[in-house]
Amino acid sequence: MKICGNSSHDEVAVIMTSLNLELYRKMVLIRKTEEAICRHYSEDEMKTPVHLSLGEEAIAAGVIHALAPEDQFFGTYRSHGIYLARTGETDKFFAELYGKATGLLKGKAGSMHLSAPEYGLMGTSAIVSGIIPVAVGAAYAAKVSGGGRIVAAFFGDGATEEGVFWESINAACLMRLPVLFVCEDNELAVFTKKAQRRGYDSLPAILEHLRCAVLTDSTTDVERIYYRTLEAIEAIKSKQQPCFLNLSYYRYLEHVGVCEDFHCGYRSKGEFEDWFKVDPLKIQREKLLKMGCSQEELQKLEDAIDRQIARSIELAGQAPFADDGELRRQVYA
Amino acid sequence: MRKISYCEALTEAMRQEMERDPSVFTYGIGVPDHKRIFGSTRGLVEQFGLERCFDTPLSEDAMTGFGLGAAINGLRPIHVHARIDFMLLAMNQLTNMMSSYHYATGGKLRVPMVIRVIIGRGWGQSFQHSKTMHSIFAHIPGIKVVMPTTPYDVKGMMIEAIRDDNPVVFIEHRWLYYAVDDVPEESYTIPFGTGHILRNGSDVSVVATSWMNVEAMRAAEVLQNKHGVSLEIVDPRTIAPLDEKMIVNSVTKTGRCLVADYDWLHCGFGAEVAARVSKECFGNLKAPVERLGFAFAPCPSTRPLENAYYPDATTVIRSVEKMLDLPATDITDQEFFSYERKFQGPY
Repeated sequence: MKICGNSSHDEVAVIMTSLNLELYRKMVLIRKTEEAICRHYSEDEMKTPVHLSLGEEAIAAGVIHALAPEDQFFGTYRSHGIYLARTGETDKFFAELYGKATGLLKGKAGSMHLSAPEYGLMGTSAIVSGIIPVAVGAAYAAKVSGGGRIVAAFFGDGATEEGVFWESINAACLMRLPVLFVCEDNELAVFTKKAQRRGYDSLPAILEHLRCAVLTDSTTDVERIYYRTLEAIEAIKSKQQPCFLNLSYYRYLEHVGVCEDFHCGYRSKGEFEDWFKVDPLKIQREKLLKMGCSQEELQKLEDAIDRQIARSIELAGQAPFADDGELRRQVYA
Repeated sequence: MRKISYCEALTEAMRQEMERDPSVFTYGIGVPDHKRIFGSTRGLVEQFGLERCFDTPLSEDAMTGFGLGAAINGLRPIHVHARIDFMLLAMNQLTNMMSSYHYATGGKLRVPMVIRVIIGRGWGQSFQHSKTMHSIFAHIPGIKVVMPTTPYDVKGMMIEAIRDDNPVVFIEHRWLYYAVDDVPEESYTIPFGTGHILRNGSDVSVVATSWMNVEAMRAAEVLQNKHGVSLEIVDPRTIAPLDEKMIVNSVTKTGRCLVADYDWLHCGFGAEVAARVSKECFGNLKAPVERLGFAFAPCPSTRPLENAYYPDATTVIRSVEKMLDLPATDITDQEFFSYERKFQGPY
């Protein structure tokens, strides 16, 4: 979004409030959707491994909001956030988690393989780093087509230890491809911290030596992430190079599943408490109140999302499963 | 009709498709270099430029994913590996990503990609430049696997592969590059899942893959002359999908089946054919299905051990004699293929 130089102060304020409300709405949708998953998961009706985005809502909302409609993006098994941020829909999403015929992919993909090409979400992978070169190839297609679109690849910090990450970023730098590498950096590969995994201190410091832009941030402020992403996209377009955007966050729950796991010993609740002081939703809500939004307005937005989710879960519960014939459909084109 | 080599037919297929469809491009390690993948990409970089015929970093896995990302966006990549052994570095992208992409996206995205892989043999290639492994790729739903034997087939099947909306593993035997035969100049396709009969016969059906068709054809001449035995040679051409009907019809006619495969036997393509033939031709079989293939060892470098490792025309002759309970004929007066006449290394 561009703010015109000749806009009045009030016009700017309206635009800024509108932007921040939209970013907040996206984050509330992710937070409340995943909290609903947590509440219902023990009913054993959602038989799919869930890797929740709780704690990284600002990354999903901020980065996705900065992408243009024609841009593409790819994600991992932890992609509820980016899917919800882009589509805003929960009917097909929940039906997919419940494995129903009305699901996004008729229940064949589950939580770990969301895709919606019509929204630019071109694929997600449960193999750590597996999707990264696919995004690079998509960026090659974008470059060949000359349309000016960019491609974002989301992945965790663990993925950067796979060989294919290095192969991919090298190829993207060599071929000057419009790829935004978004590292969702939570310090953890499943339950193992970086210090136990790396023979170096700083990944961004290493990547500075490649022919790409490198941006890092550890903010939980969604608006700031949004602007950081715009900065990254500008770098990609102006320098005709990829950009590596490292965004730190704290994973609130266990690697897979719906539970806290601070009792397991690999991390302390104190870490969580420090990060939770700057919880992305909490600080964004406070910001909106300071900007002049009313409690009632925000409550109304939150209630509407609650109703949307409740309705989606109800519909998913009532929907039928796919017939057996679906099993063998679309194995080949 | 005009006669050209397998290698020339292959290049011609790619060139014609690249002329017809601007979304087709070819890439891989060494594709535009002065050797041109044993000559098979000759002329392409001159005609289409480095934009559509380019080299890559030594990153087989990433560059396979790269092709996938391009293919789901409507491009038609032809990725080339000078040895199938190198492609094994890309098994994650092939097996975990590419094979299930169409299925995973509810049919919304297609993967029209060709992976050209060359299988090497001779001049001491040894353990890591000599595999075939078609059964492993054919094991995976979502992938097509083809092994053209003749110059005519390689052209028609390459054009078919490029136009196919699925990932196709296209396996080329290095020695077949020298084969010369009638090949039409105009464009044509050969549908996958259709085998062909290379030689009609009545006594034993030999189901042969890739180079083994050449050996089986030579064995058929010797067996005809020495024993009056008539081999029918069935080249399935495509491993997945497989023309089971053609194999079954042939074995129903002859009552005997020998699978001359170009791979290891255990859990291999030969076992697949044997199982299907046993089920479909049970009442017609006059003998158990026999298989031959590589010795169950890594491929050794030295020529005498390499000879013992690979099946050839002699192996086919001896297997057929056993199946028919015939004495081993004297073949010392016969000439057989020796790669030194065509191929002198180093690669």
